[in-house]
Amino acid sequence: MQYSKIVMDHFKNPHNQGVIKNADGVGETGNPMCGDMMKVYIKVKDDKIIDIKFETLGCAAAIACSSILTDMAKGQPLEKAKNISKADIVKKLGNLPTSKIHCSVLAHEALAEAIYNYQSKVIN
Amino acid sequence: MPKIYFDHSATTPLDQWVFEAMKPYFTKDYGNASSMHSFGQIAAKAIDQSRLSIAKFLNCLPEEVIFTSGATEADNIALQGIVKASKINNPHIVTTQIEHPAILEVCRDLEKQGVGVTYVPVTKKGIVKVNDIKRAIKPNTILISVMYVNNEVGTIQPISEIGKLVDQLNTKRKNRIYFHTDAVQAVNYCEMNVNKLGVDLLSISGHKIYGPKGVGVLYIKKNIKLKPIEYGGHHELGIRPGTYNVVGIVGLGRAIELVKVGKKNNQKIKKLRDYLIKEISKKIPNTKVNGDIKNRVASNVNFSFKNAEGESVMLMLDMEGFAVSTGSACSSGSLEPSHVLTSMQIPNDLAHGSLRITLGKQNTKNEVDRLIRILPKIIQRLRQMSPIK
Repeated sequence: MQYSKIVMDHFKNPHNQGVIKNADGVGETGNPMCGDMMKVYIKVKDDKIIDIKFETLGCAAAIACSSILTDMAKGQPLEKAKNISKADIVKKLGNLPTSKIHCSVLAHEALAEAIYNYQSKVIN
Repeated sequence: MPKIYFDHSATTPLDQWVFEAMKPYFTKDYGNASSMHSFGQIAAKAIDQSRLSIAKFLNCLPEEVIFTSGATEADNIALQGIVKASKINNPHIVTTQIEHPAILEVCRDLEKQGVGVTYVPVTKKGIVKVNDIKRAIKPNTILISVMYVNNEVGTIQPISEIGKLVDQLNTKRKNRIYFHTDAVQAVNYCEMNVNKLGVDLLSISGHKIYGPKGVGVLYIKKNIKLKPIEYGGHHELGIRPGTYNVVGIVGLGRAIELVKVGKKNNQKIKKLRDYLIKEISKKIPNTKVNGDIKNRVASNVNFSFKNAEGESVMLMLDMEGFAVSTGSACSSGSLEPSHVLTSMQIPNDLAHGSLRITLGKQNTKNEVDRLIRILPKIIQRLRQMSPIK
C-alpha cells in the first residue's frame, strides 16, 4: 500500500487543523469499526463558509481527507459545500488506496453534519 | 539523517558472514545439486553441510530436515500434508486465535474442505493456556498447531508443556495427535531442541535470523506420514520437490550456526528493550505495553498509545528515519484491528494506537535514545490533532 504525494503532503502539514472556539456549526463522525474520529468546525456568514477547522484521530488518509476537505469547503456557499462528495475528495488527493476510501466518506459526513448543525440552529 | 531499523520481526539484515558463505554459490559453484557431475556434487555437499548444521541445532536427524521456500510453505506442508495423509473421516485441528496467517488462512481453507478447526483464545497477556488446548481436543483431533512466539506481541507460548500433554494423550489414544509449531520468531531466543519441546513438526524461516529470504525449514519427525502438497522431482524425500535453492540453503545453514554466537547479544537487546519500555512509559502518559512483560522474547515491545493512531505514528516515525510497525486497523487493509490484539481483548481504541518495536543485534543505546527523544513529540502532536483529548 502506498499513498500519493498529495496525501503525504497533507499528512505532514495538514491545513486548517485546530478548533474554532465559537463555531456556528460542529459536526462529528466516527467509524466504530476502525476507530477513526473526525470533528469539523465551521464559521458561516451570508450562507458561506468563511472559516473551517478540523480535528482528526486516525491514519494518514483520514488526516489528509480532513485537511483537503477544509481546503475545498473554505469560501464555498453551504449548498455547494454540502455536495462535496467522497469521490471529489479522493480525486483531489490524487487517489487513495482502496482500503482507505472509507476515510473520505468520514470527511464528507463530518462536514455535512456541521452544516446540518448550523442550519438546524438557524431554523430554531 | 541515518536511518534506524527497529522492525526485526518483519525481517532482519543479512549477516556479513552469511553473505560470505553464500557468495561462491551464485557464480562459481552454480551446479544443480541433483546432478551427478562435479558441479552438482559441490552444491550437494554444501546442502548436506547446511542440513547437518540445522539437524545439530534442532537436535534431530539430518533426514528430518526438509528445506522449503520459507515458513509459509513449511506451515502449508505441515497442515495440509498431515490432513491429506490422515485416515480419519472428519479430521479436526486445534490451533490458536493468534497464529500467523500462514496457519490461520490454511485452516480456513481446510475448513471449507470439511476439516474441523478449533481456534483457542489466549489470555489478556497473549499466552494460550495448556488446559484450554486440552479442552479443545476431540477424538478426531489429528493435529495441534501452536506458534512458539507470537510475531506481534512477542509472547512465548508453552510449547514444551503442550508437547508433554500430547505425549501423555497419545499413549491412550487410538489415533495419534501430531504437534506442530511455527517457531519463526523463536529461533534467536528460545530453546530449539525438538526433543525437549516434544514437537513432531516445526517451521523455521531464514530471513528472521539474519539469513536470506526465500528459504525455510520444516522439521518432520521420522516415521510421520505426511503427503506432499506439490508434485515434481524426488527432492526432499518427495515432500518438497523443486530444484534446490543452493545459495539460500547455504545461507540458512550459516545463519543457524551463528544463532549460538548471537545469543550473547540477547542480554544486550533485552536491556535496551527494558530501558525503552521504562523511558517511554515514563515520558508518554496513557501508554500501555501489550502482552506479558516477562514471558516475551528480548527483542519485542508492543505499545498502545491512547488517542494516537498507529499508522500515523508509524509514518511519522518513518519520516524521522525509524522503521517500526503497527497492528492498527488502518494499516491492515481491512477495517479490523489485529486479530492478536483482539484475541487478547484489548479494547479497539487501544488496538487503534498499537506500535510494535522489535530490536536486533545491531541496535545501539544511541538509537534507542533517539527514539525516546522523538516518539513523545509525535504522540503529543497526534493527540493535539485528535478530537478526543
